[in-house]
Amino acid sequence: MDDFLAARSQMALSLGFHIIFSCIGMVMPFFMAVAHYYWLRTRDVTYQNVTRAWSKGVAIFFATGAVSGTVLSFELGLLWPKFMEHAGPIFGMPFSLEGTAFFIEAIALGFFLYGWDRFNPWFHWFTGVVVGVSGLASGILVVAANAWMNSPAGFDYVNGQYLNIDPIAAMFNDAWLSQALHMTLAAFAATGFAVAGVHALMLRRGRNMDFHTRAFRIAAAFGAVAALLQPLSGDFSAKDVARRQPAKLAAMEAHFHTEKSASLVLGGLPNEDKQRVDYAIKIPGMLSFLAHGNFEQEVTGLDRIAPQNRPPVVVPHIAFQLMVGLGTLMMGIAAVYFFALWRKKQWLTSRWLLGLFVAATPAGFIAVEAGWTVTEVGRQPWIINGVMRTADAVTPMPGIAYSFYLFTAVYLSLSLVVVFLLYRQIRMVPELYDVPAGTPEAAHA
Amino acid sequence: MDYVVITFLYLAILLYLLLGGADFGAGIIELFTSRKNRRVTHETLYQAIGPIWEANHMWLIIAIVILFVGFPRIYSVMSVSLHIPLLLLLLGIIARGTAFVFRHYDAVHDRMQGVYATIFVYSSLVTPLFIGILAGSALAGYVDPAAPDFLSAYVWSWLHWFGVAVGVFTVALCGYLASVYTIGEATTEADRQRFIRKTRLLTVVAFAAGALVFVAARYEGLPLLTWIFGNPVGITAIGLATISLGLLWYVLGQASRTWLPRVLAGFQVTMILLAVGYTHFPNFIRLRNGQHLSLFEQLAPAKTISALGWALLLGSLFILPALGYLYYSFQHVSRPQSAEAHGG
Repeated sequence: MDDFLAARSQMALSLGFHIIFSCIGMVMPFFMAVAHYYWLRTRDVTYQNVTRAWSKGVAIFFATGAVSGTVLSFELGLLWPKFMEHAGPIFGMPFSLEGTAFFIEAIALGFFLYGWDRFNPWFHWFTGVVVGVSGLASGILVVAANAWMNSPAGFDYVNGQYLNIDPIAAMFNDAWLSQALHMTLAAFAATGFAVAGVHALMLRRGRNMDFHTRAFRIAAAFGAVAALLQPLSGDFSAKDVARRQPAKLAAMEAHFHTEKSASLVLGGLPNEDKQRVDYAIKIPGMLSFLAHGNFEQEVTGLDRIAPQNRPPVVVPHIAFQLMVGLGTLMMGIAAVYFFALWRKKQWLTSRWLLGLFVAATPAGFIAVEAGWTVTEVGRQPWIINGVMRTADAVTPMPGIAYSFYLFTAVYLSLSLVVVFLLYRQIRMVPELYDVPAGTPEAAHA
Repeated sequence: MDYVVITFLYLAILLYLLLGGADFGAGIIELFTSRKNRRVTHETLYQAIGPIWEANHMWLIIAIVILFVGFPRIYSVMSVSLHIPLLLLLLGIIARGTAFVFRHYDAVHDRMQGVYATIFVYSSLVTPLFIGILAGSALAGYVDPAAPDFLSAYVWSWLHWFGVAVGVFTVALCGYLASVYTIGEATTEADRQRFIRKTRLLTVVAFAAGALVFVAARYEGLPLLTWIFGNPVGITAIGLATISLGLLWYVLGQASRTWLPRVLAGFQVTMILLAVGYTHFPNFIRLRNGQHLSLFEQLAPAKTISALGWALLLGSLFILPALGYLYYSFQHVSRPQSAEAHGG
């Protein structure tokens, strides 16, 4: 493995790992705050148990997300020193604000996790809300920094020099809003479906019905609302990408040839040598409509992009199809769920509806990883779109492959341990939460 | 704004060493506690650092963000020349941060606890060792962006006696800070006496490790004595640190004082940093060719520095009061002795 590929793989691995943990750490506090609110209003102990059980998940995910985030802030330099040397002062603004948000989150988490029975109950609840809000803010800020790589702004690039730097303009680049919206909804949908799926599995097994029913409903509501809203933000993102990064759109859609009334390509296997897509379903005019809101309009194909500036097609195309497919699936389940809530209450306890949620447990996270693959691979060969090539940013240090193997081992074992811990948390629910809070047994929870 | 950013950079480094250092020290102390007392030590330390744990870690993030936004070339030279110790530091941070949380939040308490504890204590030792090595390497003058071969570019830049000595000294300082901090957290008189004995021992260890740094500096031909004692600020700082060490030794045995030893220990470490840092300011990294990467010369463009400065100032308006209240709220004296404190 050459150093460039190793550096890219290590970055992909670290981000791919971090993204899951930070999504859960960012979204679960909101579920927790809702359960906590019900507990404070109704004094129904089950809600307190749900809050406590989730708070342990949040603690585990926050810690893992925090360390993997720390690793990333170093890896930016360890792997891409040339990029950071130039980009740091330009796109650093969201990172410095994110530092603040992250700090507040860590402080609020200290109050929340260790503050049971110690503070005014509503202050305690509020600290949990602050964990969620500041987590959300840091997520949005990090995405704004990534958006700058797709849509560089806030500087003039003249003869290899970065002049007239304006960090505020860089932060509010053209891509930040659509990317942040899409990622935030994705985080809510993915986490909502994942958490709901786990509780649905327990419900199907008939364990701790009260506990899991309440937990399931809160998580499913968040996940379902986000899944239904996501297509709107997806459409917004697609139009945005079509305007700003036609090469990325062309790669996502495997759109090799510039044409008017371009068709949408569903599925299929792109053949980059022959510049065509095999085994695909084509919907005429649909790509023009999705990209530009008009069935006739011309959509730029890869043929308009200089060969050395073309992104790979196979990976972004398949990842994009996967993301959209899973998103559609989740949207469908969400629609069924709301219909059940509205008209068919008996469905809510049926095995098949719970089964749908169980099946969809990993869907959101696979979609998140796929979507992130689209945005990162689709930007290649650029690390700063149109300004700096990824290959020019990589560290001169040789032997990065070893560091990649090392991190692969570390992240694999961490993932295994976290799954192991979650399994043990869930398995212990009957023992930890079947007793009313306040008794000595409950206190050991 | 330049000074605001530079002040925050040093403040973040100092607070990471003081607060995060006490954290690292907690693991180090646990490692050097007899099996008999390990459980009590573990629980006392856990209660002391649990709530503030994540916040202590944030100073590192603040410092690194200030470096890459405000001093991008320093960050990039560090990232390339000191790649290997930074990587090892990161592995330590990952292992420590996760093991600490896993050991507390694992729903089942079984043999896995031993695994988490082992990872936690050894990574508590390794992490500050590499922080110290990095700090030593910034001063030692082996960092060479134009180095011709792998070893001198990526290995001899940090692997030298001075760096290792500073690493060992940092480990000792962390253990010392944690031991002073824990005295006030003891729940029984016997534990308190045990922690006091531990503090006295670690004071001696830290002193010896400090002496080792001078020996290593002499061996590497670094004029450390001149750097520290060649100016009135250094002499005054070391003088004050010595006086406060005597005072600390005197007040250690007094049960009524929990905050004074902590303040004195923190003050000593601050003075040591000041003494070493003063002669070098505004230089941050000494290069092999005798030149320096100076904070003033490597500053990012003015607009960036101004935005960063404002972000830090506004951020600290939120962070510092909240952080102060967090530390205050979880002081030992106000901790209820309920099972909740154990269970979280």
